[in-house]
Amino acid sequence: MSPLILMPLFPLLGFLVNGLAGHRLPARAAGAIGVGAALAAFAAAIGAVRSLLLLPLGDEARVLEAFLGDWIVAGDFTSSLGFRLDPLSAVMVLVVTGVGFLIHVYSLGYMRGDGGEWRFFAYLNLFLVAMLTLVLADNLLLLFLGWEGVGLCSYLLIGFWYTRTAPPDAGLKAFIVNRVGDFGFLIGVLLLWVAFGTLDLGEILARAPRELEPGGALVSSIALLLFLGATGKSAQIPLHVWLPDAMEGPTPVSALIHAATMVTAGVYLVARAHVLYLMAPLALGVVAAIGLATLVMAATVALTQNDIKRVLAYSTISQLGYMFLACGLGAFSAAIFHLMTHAFFKALLFLGAGSVIHALGGEQDLRRMGGLARRLPITHLTFVTGALALAGVFPLAGFFSKDAILVAAWVGRGPIIWGVGLAGAFLTAFYMFRLVVLAFYGASRQVHAANRSASRAANHAHVHESPPSMAGVLVLLAILSAGAGWVGTDLIAGGNRLGSFLAPVFAGGEHIALTEAHGHPTRALELSLAAISLAVGVAGILFSLIAYRWRPGLAAALRRGLAPLHTLFSHKYYFDEFYGRVLVRPLFGLAALAFRWVDVGVIDRLVNGAGESVRAAAQSLRLLQSGYVRRYALVFALGVAIILGLVGR
Amino acid sequence: MIAPEAFLYLAAVLFAVGLVGVVVRREAIIIFMCIELMLNAVNLTFVAFSRLLGSIDGQVIVFFSLAVAAAEVVVGLAIIVAIFRERATTDVDQINLLKF
Repeated sequence: MSPLILMPLFPLLGFLVNGLAGHRLPARAAGAIGVGAALAAFAAAIGAVRSLLLLPLGDEARVLEAFLGDWIVAGDFTSSLGFRLDPLSAVMVLVVTGVGFLIHVYSLGYMRGDGGEWRFFAYLNLFLVAMLTLVLADNLLLLFLGWEGVGLCSYLLIGFWYTRTAPPDAGLKAFIVNRVGDFGFLIGVLLLWVAFGTLDLGEILARAPRELEPGGALVSSIALLLFLGATGKSAQIPLHVWLPDAMEGPTPVSALIHAATMVTAGVYLVARAHVLYLMAPLALGVVAAIGLATLVMAATVALTQNDIKRVLAYSTISQLGYMFLACGLGAFSAAIFHLMTHAFFKALLFLGAGSVIHALGGEQDLRRMGGLARRLPITHLTFVTGALALAGVFPLAGFFSKDAILVAAWVGRGPIIWGVGLAGAFLTAFYMFRLVVLAFYGASRQVHAANRSASRAANHAHVHESPPSMAGVLVLLAILSAGAGWVGTDLIAGGNRLGSFLAPVFAGGEHIALTEAHGHPTRALELSLAAISLAVGVAGILFSLIAYRWRPGLAAALRRGLAPLHTLFSHKYYFDEFYGRVLVRPLFGLAALAFRWVDVGVIDRLVNGAGESVRAAAQSLRLLQSGYVRRYALVFALGVAIILGLVGR
Repeated sequence: MIAPEAFLYLAAVLFAVGLVGVVVRREAIIIFMCIELMLNAVNLTFVAFSRLLGSIDGQVIVFFSLAVAAAEVVVGLAIIVAIFRERATTDVDQINLLKF
């Protein structure tokens, strides 16, 4: 069987086994099934990519296909269960299954003792199925199936601890906000079908340049609508509000779904449909603008958050903004490069945060951490590696991928956009190392619930490093975060391997977008821009060390001095309040009205009325049964008389 | 001879008396007697018509009717005895538990 089919098949089996029988299995078995399925998926992915690489290079992108059969056949319309692997989906698939497998392993340690391991691993496996379907689908309807599937798993996993009130609410918020995006997505798909009569991606992308009017209303609308879907799934303005709340879910979920994979589906969609976007400069501009705006907004908010996972959540939103900025500049392979490196170091950071939370017995507030560097050495070291990678410090992975985007910004749009991206990089380094300092350095600010008088040593003894299943994954991801950057840069011999691997997919589109504006970047320009972004990153790190470690008063002074800004940022630009006032409350009011007028007024009246009328009729009819035999006899006699009278006529 | 209509009038009167008795009287045995009266009125009618039409059918039906009346009396009296054992009364107005 084709490895393309095996890839989603193994996790599907894992989901079925754990889902149907998992509650009867011991927890370790459920975990083993989940991890085994993920490992099998990863092995299948490697096999598939190997087969792809063995195909001869040509002008067109290399493609592996597998066809399971027709799914929907209705008149002219056919949607098939077809999978297609090309270099773009190959990168995605390796990231999804590779990081997914590592996170499954981490979950063995993190979720131990929870009691719901079978549900957890079942949902995680199902997520892999849906994500792989999304990435491998050869037609938009199947892609949408995966799209919805990952949304479902996100909802299930965010609300995993459903006995508490916050997680189910957060899951619901995520699903509903996503739905708004999905609305746009579906309209876009509908327009595509109307225009092309098919939803096969390969066909649409091949026919689009000839059949659609470049820059026209149709292609722009389609691109914008698909992008609306992408903003929902990838948490960009205006549909980003669900991601910080999604941190209610277990940390492995935050790492896998809300950092490495699901949120990247939007980027994948835009990259996959790059042909459409390159034909619609308006849409491309919108993508870049929103990416840029989100990048800055999320970075400023991340500066002020006190929950370790919220900082990382806003960081994810910000980095996704970078990816969309790259797409909007036409630099699609830079976006995918950053997607890949971000998956590594953001997953690392989240899992490291999970390690910290696990060690502190559930504490997530940065103001109550500190002094963990000595007690959690592996976590500390790997976390700093991830932070350095995110901040874009040479030679770690983030440096190369972020730099690629910044270069594209300079070349494609000029120094202003580049400057904003650079400012974002400074903020990224700053908030990231603020987090590192607050969590790991300085004296311990831990608050202990009981036993104030008991020795601090005894209390601190509870803080322990994570078990090997967790620590090992951290180390592996740290290695990847450190070394993965070299595949995407052309500063070393061999050139931009990732770029040339992906190039056939984007078929020269990138060069069109980039060179149209300012021509190819020279080596000197590239190196100077790289040096500047490195300097800015380091400056951000130094500034945070000064403000939070060496001159702690500085941070407080800044907060006071910039108080209005600080309030704006810490309230997340009041997006939630705005949506609450403008959308949620009116909707609830409308729902209440509908309930009173329709549900109660009409339907309940009808149903209850039917019962009520029967009851009333019965109430009057029962009076006939008086129990008096003589009255029955009288009625009998009268009835006979009447009938005889009628018959006699 | 006696006009055949006279028998019919008599039968009608007997029937009416029996009917009224069933409706008006309270004692179970009296009601039974009135029912018998109605049955016999009908028998008289049949015989009268048999004479009138010169056909033997009417008289044959009377035989059936008598047999049915007898059987009915057996069952009915048994019921009344059973009720009397329970309630120590034959007043049908007291037998009114099957009400709303």
